Amino acid sequence: MSETHSSLVAHQFDDGVQQKQATTLGMWVFLITEIMFFGGLILAYTVYRIKYPEEFHHASKHLDYVMGTVNTCILLCSSLTMAFAVHAAQEGKRKLTMIFIVVTMVLGAAFLGVKGWEYYTKYTDHLIPGPNYDLNHLWEGAGLLPKTQLFFSLYFAMTGLHAFHMLIGLGLMTWLFVKTKRGRFSKEYFNPVEVCGLYWHFVDIVWIFLFPLLYLVDRSH
Amino acid sequence: MIEHSEPHIVPKKTYYIVFATLMILLFVTVAMAFVPLGPFNIYVAMAIAITKAVLVVLYFMHVRYSNRLIWVAAGAGFVWLVILLAFTLADYSSRGWIKVPGK
Repeated sequence: MSETHSSLVAHQFDDGVQQKQATTLGMWVFLITEIMFFGGLILAYTVYRIKYPEEFHHASKHLDYVMGTVNTCILLCSSLTMAFAVHAAQEGKRKLTMIFIVVTMVLGAAFLGVKGWEYYTKYTDHLIPGPNYDLNHLWEGAGLLPKTQLFFSLYFAMTGLHAFHMLIGLGLMTWLFVKTKRGRFSKEYFNPVEVCGLYWHFVDIVWIFLFPLLYLVDRSH
Repeated sequence: MIEHSEPHIVPKKTYYIVFATLMILLFVTVAMAFVPLGPFNIYVAMAIAITKAVLVVLYFMHVRYSNRLIWVAAGAGFVWLVILLAFTLADYSSRGWIKVPGK
């Protein structure tokens, strides 16, 4: 056994550096499966958008792009605070790590709040696909475009899956907060903070793509 | 295979610069959606989104400072996504090019 071995390093690793690299690689492999997961939905979106461009164009105008922009701002801010949480953990600053984790969680919850409000307005506007779906009362040309439900189905599937990932992210943050509070992390060992950060940034990246795809389908006319 | 090095701590200034760039790109992408570019709106929007994603991956996700194995992993994810999209769209977009008798 090498002399760098301590209780923080699991017995299958040579040292902490190798352990950290293995952990990071493991998270990246998971994130690749996530790319393919969301990739399937983005593919479905692309195929139908090419097939029904007019439907997508008009349906997307019924999403509130201001809310979408605000939510993107919130998520980008949360990524910055997450990066700061990892930064603080790297420097072994326990209190600061906890503060940034909480700020990240507050921003994540704010995102979900705005998202929930948007879902509610879609419900009151009868824009949830199903028997009560009705775009005609909002836009008289809707009758000519019978496939607008498709856009909203994809909207709810994509943003719903994303919101579910945010919930998991908030769960991870809670767990990280407790572990940090109990002093489980140090300059030498902060891998969970680092990889939870990777997950959080990944969920942010998914939104970076969902936002223009769903909210910004050519608003010039 | 695995390079042994001390973990790299990214200066906070880098995070602020990346964050500011991301915010500027966000407002550019919203503004560009209102400019009539016809079919090019989606290309502009996606180019900006990819730029933002690359910034997040390189700096917030520390790939720029990671070992080559992480570069390969991150790159592979992107390559497989491109395969998924490109091959399926090649199929959909070329349907009907060749007439099938009896169809």
